[in-house]
Amino acid sequence: MARYIPPVQSKLGQVIDVIVLVVLSVGALFVPLWLGLAGSAKLPVPVENPTWESLGQNPVMVAQWNKLGFPDAASAHDMITARYDYSFSWISLAVMVIVIVGYFVMMIRFSDIEYREVIAEKFGEK
Amino acid sequence: MAHSDMDVDHTAHGQSMGLLRVLGPAHVWALGVGIVLVGEYMGWNFAVGKGGAYAALIACWFAGVLYSCVAMIDSEVTSTVAAAGGQYTQAKHIIGPLMAFNVGLYLVFAYTMLEAGNAITLGFLVDTVAGMTGHEGGLDQRPFIVLAIMFLAWLNYRGVLATLTFNLVITAIAFVAIITIFLATSPLLGAGEMLHKDLMSGQASLPYGWLGILAAMHFGLWYYLGIEGTTQAAEEVRSPARSLPFGTLAGIMTLLIAATLTWYVCAGLMPWEYLGDGVNGAVAPLFSAAQITGSSALVWLLGIGTLFATLASANGCINDASRAWFSMGRDHYLPAWFGAVHPVYRTPYRAIIFLVPIALIFALGAPLDQVITFSILSGLLGYTFMPINMIMFRKKWPLDTIKRGYEHPLHPLPAISLMALCSVTYFAVFLGYGTQLIAMIGFYIVVSLWFHFWRYRFVKRADQFTMPWPRPRGY
Repeated sequence: MARYIPPVQSKLGQVIDVIVLVVLSVGALFVPLWLGLAGSAKLPVPVENPTWESLGQNPVMVAQWNKLGFPDAASAHDMITARYDYSFSWISLAVMVIVIVGYFVMMIRFSDIEYREVIAEKFGEK
Repeated sequence: MAHSDMDVDHTAHGQSMGLLRVLGPAHVWALGVGIVLVGEYMGWNFAVGKGGAYAALIACWFAGVLYSCVAMIDSEVTSTVAAAGGQYTQAKHIIGPLMAFNVGLYLVFAYTMLEAGNAITLGFLVDTVAGMTGHEGGLDQRPFIVLAIMFLAWLNYRGVLATLTFNLVITAIAFVAIITIFLATSPLLGAGEMLHKDLMSGQASLPYGWLGILAAMHFGLWYYLGIEGTTQAAEEVRSPARSLPFGTLAGIMTLLIAATLTWYVCAGLMPWEYLGDGVNGAVAPLFSAAQITGSSALVWLLGIGTLFATLASANGCINDASRAWFSMGRDHYLPAWFGAVHPVYRTPYRAIIFLVPIALIFALGAPLDQVITFSILSGLLGYTFMPINMIMFRKKWPLDTIKRGYEHPLHPLPAISLMALCSVTYFAVFLGYGTQLIAMIGFYIVVSLWFHFWRYRFVKRADQFTMPWPRPRGY
């Protein structure tokens, strides 16, 4: 197999490549944050006139809350009642599975194409 | 592979300078445990929030099984592929360039996000200590975050031996602090202050039922995330075939003990709702546990332990992320400018400097749980690669074709177990953080296409394969 000679990349091209990677990676985290889509729906479930008993706290738990700086039930209300919402649709689960499996399949197939070139050039054609 | 003091790298692009081989097994242990031990000091407790205290313990043990598989698989492959870049270099030789590029990015982002999480925790700790010593109104945490990252980057810039010796000392102190609070609070030697029975009764036992146990696996990974980083030091270890498996397996054993003790202490002292809220509640749970005991000595010890654990972790993360970035630059997967070694200190200095502002962007601009989730997702993608890598490795080079420094037992059971646990963890992340999961995979799909159709044209083909191995079977 003929040896592959890569083109020489200009300095500007190298800088642009790095900028592309940085923008994409920062965007992957911050775009969901900016759009308000990041994080889970862990929201307090309001309880009217909360008491330690109505919040399901036994005396030992109350003693520990007090040590942690929460003198009454109202002060700990939001933390105690906050819950994740684990409801989901099977369609969104299926989309997630397809995206993850598709990503790995695509990557392994493209990698294999590139790998065969590497092996052919390194060890010669079979 | 020769193990001279100064391995010279002629293979990449004509550079005549290599990384220094100065590290022993204790440094490998310090690198792995140093990165991860902070997981016991912060972050793991989000698992309590996602499923309750029992769920977090089950997640701790299942994640322990996952990481034992990771350590076994990694030890076998790395004892053979002893080069900087760790799993990146493994992927390059075993699966192919695009996989290697992705694995390199997983490593960089997992470690850079973990570094950012460490810096956030350090800022919180300084603020809390200032409050405890009488300062009113709260501190601006940002200067401390910036200073910590800059100082550790400078340490890494100056040399790997000093960096990891520093890690060895502060990691050992942080580990002793966990043992101490366990002994001081448990009935074994201390006052027996543990309240598990009352704090985990009724609705507090499994607040989300069995679904919560699955969901807790998301942050269960945080107990151990980063132990695979030991392989990044492969090019700087005096005897990789012996030191890397020894240091990695000793590291995972240390972490299994530390994780279980941490859960025991924290779940026995704090209500799960407080412990599980790592943003407004127990940001640094072991430190909070020390505060609740009322012992000044424990508060100081665990405060120092938290500080040292965050510094050791951030230090190791800078070390590992820069090696992965450096390796990709050396192979022209990224601009070759990043593949340079410092002429005096023999460190990948350009990669170290370049990643500083990236870490700062995330440390100063994103909440802790998002940063941790980003790190966990990158780590999880890396763990999904490992079983594929292991199966292909054994298929392309069976045991009789390449001598391994370590052969892991029961193949392919660890690989299959690892893949199954990764699948469960994807579902756990999906429960509550599905948007980040899709955003992250979307990012990797886009950069994969960018690499395959654009960047790969600048990469020499045969030069990527640097191991003295025979031709792979089937090719």
